[in-house]
Amino acid sequence: MAKITVKVNGKVYSHEVEPRLLLAHYLREVLSLTGTHIGCDTSSCGSCTIHLDGQSVKSCSMLAVQADGCEITTIEGLAPSGSELHPLQEGFKECHGLQCGFCTTGMIMSAADFLQSNPDPSEEQIRHALEGNFCRCTGYHNIVKSVQWAAQKMKEDKAVTA
Amino acid sequence: MISYEFDYTRPDTVEAALDLLDDDSKILAGGHSLIPALKLRLSAPGKLIDIARIPSLKGIKMDGNELVIGAAATHSDILESDLIKQHLPMFAEGAALIGDPMIRHKGTLGGSLAHADPSADWPAMVLAAEGTVVVQSKTGTRSISSDDFFTGFYSTALESGEIITEIRFPIPAEGTKMTYQKFVQPASRFAIVGCAALRHPDGTARVAFTGVADAPFRDTAVENAVGDWSEEALEAAVALTAQGMEFNVDHYASETYRHHLARVYCRKALKALLY
Repeated sequence: MAKITVKVNGKVYSHEVEPRLLLAHYLREVLSLTGTHIGCDTSSCGSCTIHLDGQSVKSCSMLAVQADGCEITTIEGLAPSGSELHPLQEGFKECHGLQCGFCTTGMIMSAADFLQSNPDPSEEQIRHALEGNFCRCTGYHNIVKSVQWAAQKMKEDKAVTA
Repeated sequence: MISYEFDYTRPDTVEAALDLLDDDSKILAGGHSLIPALKLRLSAPGKLIDIARIPSLKGIKMDGNELVIGAAATHSDILESDLIKQHLPMFAEGAALIGDPMIRHKGTLGGSLAHADPSADWPAMVLAAEGTVVVQSKTGTRSISSDDFFTGFYSTALESGEIITEIRFPIPAEGTKMTYQKFVQPASRFAIVGCAALRHPDGTARVAFTGVADAPFRDTAVENAVGDWSEEALEAAVALTAQGMEFNVDHYASETYRHHLARVYCRKALKALLY
């Protein structure tokens, strides 16, 4: 067993874990944060995407012990404090960016990382940024529209704050 | 999928990692090749030694007339580096084609070279850029030319008890052109065929392939045939692509199709180097 301490969605947790425990399993089964999904379990589909120290990573292909000492954000902690939803979550709702919804949390976590450094993306850049996320309903068109909607909303929110 | 049980350690220095390294252990860096193999139970080490956070293995820097990339630099670190954009732009171009953003945030250059997947992107680029792989063991360090590093299917000149610490590249002369062209497998995003090519200002070339055979290789027949870079010379060079190689055959590409793709991507790469 190995002791890990991680900060997840702003809250610090310490646990004794087996070294072979995957980060995705730690989040889902130990912390009960089931918004992070496990789809392909082979690092292809991206539904397990979370943020590790601010960067998007696939939590099915990482060990929980590798995250020791790191800060993690999952879909449950994405909305800014005081808001019910993140602009991306609103965007997916507004633009019908989900059908079955299984890939949605991974799509949103990938897009959130992408929009941090690309606040004004082209459609092509959005499609390129979401290459690591598969939607088996093939609803990509509305997913891209949802990200565009969120980018616009985030720009407007920023203008209001400024 | 759950792997077999193993122990995990995260030493702070390369020396401490080398002390722990034995035949029952595996080095863990980004883990994006090793962890999938562990989950499939294709690999069952007793112990993982995590070197991803060792400070001396991170970073990209100039050292005299060489550019030095730490073994634990991630694909994303390389993609975003201004030094890389300035001196080895092919690496930024190629890194952007590896996997997807999440994989690029974790996967490392050293890990990719040590794993030596026959369809990985870095080996072709490192060969074309004349990289030297620096490895450390308890008895000291040694440098292995990329020409000698890849020895076969998932096989390298790395010996047990050695860890890759950095990869060094001569800084290309002003006017050098370079490119990496890849035909991507759309689900795994590995290269079905990848061609890295570099043109020195004197007209000489280095051309290397990945995905084509059981190991990445430099194609000296193509390099020697580019001549004056005229259209005729380039077509003659392209026709020599991967001659005499034993081709990878899988359900994505037959031998004939892969050879065809190798020629197509060789042509694309060489044409991208015209002034």
